[in-house]
Amino acid sequence: MEHIDWGLVDWSRAQFALTALYHWIFVPLTLGLSFIIAIMETIYVKTGNPEWKRITKFWMKLFGINFAIGVATGIILEFQFGTNWSNYSWFVGDIFGAPLAIEGIMAFFLESTFIAIMFFGWEKVSKKAHLWSSWLVAIGSNLSGLWILAANGWMQNPVGMQFNPETVRNEMNNFWDVLFNPVAVNKFLHTISSAYVLAAIFVIGISAWFLLKNRNTSLSKKSMIVASVFGFLAIIYAIFTGDGSAKEVAKHQPMKFAAMEGLYQGQRKAPLVAIGFFGINKDEHNSQEQKFAFEFKIPNALSYMAFMDINAFVPGIKDLVHGNKDEGIISYNEKIEKGKTAIDALAAYKNAKKENNNELAETSLKTFNENFKYFGYGYYFGKDPHLLIPDVKISFYAFHTMVGLGFYFVLLFFLIYMYAYKNKFQKKKWLLRMAVWTIPLAYVAQEAGWIVAEVGRQPWVIQDLMPNIAAVSQIDQSSVQITFFLFLAVFTALLIAEIKIMLTQIKKANISNTNENKGGTE
Amino acid sequence: MFETLSHTALQEYWWFIVSLLAALLVFLLFVQGGQTLIYKLGKTADERNIIVNSLGRKWEFTFTTLVTFGGAAFASFPLFYSTSFGGAYWVWMIILFAFILQAVSYEYRRKPNNFLGEKTYDVFLFINGLIATVFLGVAVSTFFTGSAFSVDKMNLLNLTSVKMPIISAWEVPSHGLEAIWTTAHLAFLQNLALGLAIFFLSRVLALLYFQRNIDNKEIIERTKKCLKRNAVLFLVFFLFWLIRLMLIKGFAVNPDTQEIYMEPNKYLHNFLDMPAVLIMLLIGIIGVLWGLFVSIFKNKDNGIWFAGIGTVLTVLALLLNVGYNNTSFYPSTFDLQSSLTIANSSSSRFTLSVMGYVSLMVPFVLAYIVYAWRAMDKKKITSKEINSDSHSY
Repeated sequence: MEHIDWGLVDWSRAQFALTALYHWIFVPLTLGLSFIIAIMETIYVKTGNPEWKRITKFWMKLFGINFAIGVATGIILEFQFGTNWSNYSWFVGDIFGAPLAIEGIMAFFLESTFIAIMFFGWEKVSKKAHLWSSWLVAIGSNLSGLWILAANGWMQNPVGMQFNPETVRNEMNNFWDVLFNPVAVNKFLHTISSAYVLAAIFVIGISAWFLLKNRNTSLSKKSMIVASVFGFLAIIYAIFTGDGSAKEVAKHQPMKFAAMEGLYQGQRKAPLVAIGFFGINKDEHNSQEQKFAFEFKIPNALSYMAFMDINAFVPGIKDLVHGNKDEGIISYNEKIEKGKTAIDALAAYKNAKKENNNELAETSLKTFNENFKYFGYGYYFGKDPHLLIPDVKISFYAFHTMVGLGFYFVLLFFLIYMYAYKNKFQKKKWLLRMAVWTIPLAYVAQEAGWIVAEVGRQPWVIQDLMPNIAAVSQIDQSSVQITFFLFLAVFTALLIAEIKIMLTQIKKANISNTNENKGGTE
Repeated sequence: MFETLSHTALQEYWWFIVSLLAALLVFLLFVQGGQTLIYKLGKTADERNIIVNSLGRKWEFTFTTLVTFGGAAFASFPLFYSTSFGGAYWVWMIILFAFILQAVSYEYRRKPNNFLGEKTYDVFLFINGLIATVFLGVAVSTFFTGSAFSVDKMNLLNLTSVKMPIISAWEVPSHGLEAIWTTAHLAFLQNLALGLAIFFLSRVLALLYFQRNIDNKEIIERTKKCLKRNAVLFLVFFLFWLIRLMLIKGFAVNPDTQEIYMEPNKYLHNFLDMPAVLIMLLIGIIGVLWGLFVSIFKNKDNGIWFAGIGTVLTVLALLLNVGYNNTSFYPSTFDLQSSLTIANSSSSRFTLSVMGYVSLMVPFVLAYIVYAWRAMDKKKITSKEINSDSHSY
């Protein structure tokens, strides 16, 4: 393993992170706004009120601008598994490829076929057929979320498979276990509900801006009511599923959970750090403890949150690295030894099979099966086990930023809904300004969520089975650097274009009865 | 149903599905071909807008088919996915890059304050049309001419190997671009010929599509002039590629030992051994020629359907030729025994059978695509429609 090009691994990770973070700027709005649009159009079809048609068309225009760049950034993600993580693609392609293929066949075609009718079919199909198209676009985009998150959930908690020593890869043996993997189910529900929150905040924020400018007031009031109800239900569900996700992390990825909480020393009745700031520490390799300069703790809450029991033991980073016999946790060095044993046993099995030595093949296979659970750790043989700790500061701050903003969103939706109910929010300028400035915060929360999910699980591409150093493609580091900067330049240019176009469309929007023929948004 | 099929039958079934997706993709590349003709056919802004909007209602089909092809290839033949995408890095990156540029260009080109200007987005569409077609053609041609890679699954287990832990290694530093300059067996000629054939085919299909989809006399007159030249160029490059393909050595598999060896006229033999595939190829070629004939000599606007179906059948027949009948569909010129076949690169029997059920959705998907296509194309696109639609590109 001395041959590993760490620079290549880091640049490949950077490229994946770049494309994923850019992609996720646009996807949540697509997931949520598609439903909000479908709800608005349903009201139009039910009531026959043309104002609802104009409102639907206005949000649809913003949806289209956002959707295009979401598609552009998304294509790279799928193919990048092959281009930059080719070893991974072979090792788990038997399982991981299936959700991606189903996503294409079941979801993408639904979305892309009916989006043409949704945008251009107002005069070409009946009202009902158009409404169906809008709903199918929403369902299609959310279905694609289901499959890609099932795939991601499997990487964090590999289930429904067995290792085939003949083909040297993992193979699926239960499709339903892969689909209904509890990590995947929680991840999907949490991700889409948080996406609905972002879309609701987007609609509320822009509507609030119109109200502050005293423009498009009818559109804004109506949009705010739909979005606040939608958003309030979504944020409650996002908190509920977020709690479910955290419990799954505690169960299946204890190191990630410890990093999210900055917990070094495990304990029973573990407190939850509600607010914390780390001191300055120049250690870049996580070999030393990151200490809090300031922390506000809630007693017993972490044990309860993770295991619904204040007496439950929550392992800390030190317990996981060095082991804790009292709690039955073995050290990373032992896991590395076992992983190395598994890798060697598999190699011995393959050689024995080649030489027709059945006895050796049988004993080697037995040894392999006994140690397979730690297979991925074997790639760290002879290395510092601290390399198996994710970046604690990033994991902690990202997690706490996401959670903190989540509770802030509850408050915002509650206030909006309360004043909307009393028909008073138009007079509450401070609330309207707060709603406008919450739009960027919703994006921060979304990105923070993915940073927790992906940084926190490092270095595992597949939890415990394949680290990133064993997953990467054999390409020159310079090639990946070139593509990284190309993507950075193009995505940034397109993001600027998207924001400028979107802001222009919002600023010039004038929803009135006179321009019905032009779609009402010119 | 699918679980009763043998692993070999499932591999053949999935090769058919992946090939069908690839064939549909080549047909749908008419969108890319059309993007290279925007300024050739549209002399005024109004005419260009009609052309862009005509294509703009179809671009997502091409895009989605490409993505679905990638997903299906990943799920059914993961060793191909990892070897080709991870190895021929630059070829695939260039293709993907071209598709990034396309996705936003329709939506953003005429929006006010779009940062880069309308002309830039039109250039993006041209780049996508040129690069995506040529490079996809070159990439597919390497299925017949081979690439320089090696595969050794033991690399994942040998902690002291230099290649540790890489299973598939590309053995030349140009990572796929060598397909356009490899002189051995004149591979570059063959690969470039298919790249250019696909490029001109996409333009031919686009011209036929415009004739069916656009109601504008000036544009249609120009498509007629343009069609002859592009049709001749397409036929020259495609026939050169096809005839030479019948004459070159192919990568054959010994069914008993699974050993790969070179067989003279392998691809010709495959057609002769599989008459149904040969008939499919011939019907396909006749379909394309008939589409051209009715457009050029009969002055009809339905050529796209003959040429479109003909394209799908031709590409499908060629891919079935290289996948079936003991042939390596992704051969290695560096190490013959590393060559990929549908048997040694596929997913497990269980996964292929699960995916078999998923594939049953394909007819349903095709049905709603036909519905949407018909609903949107009942009437030809006119300048009036574009100007009255608030969402036009």
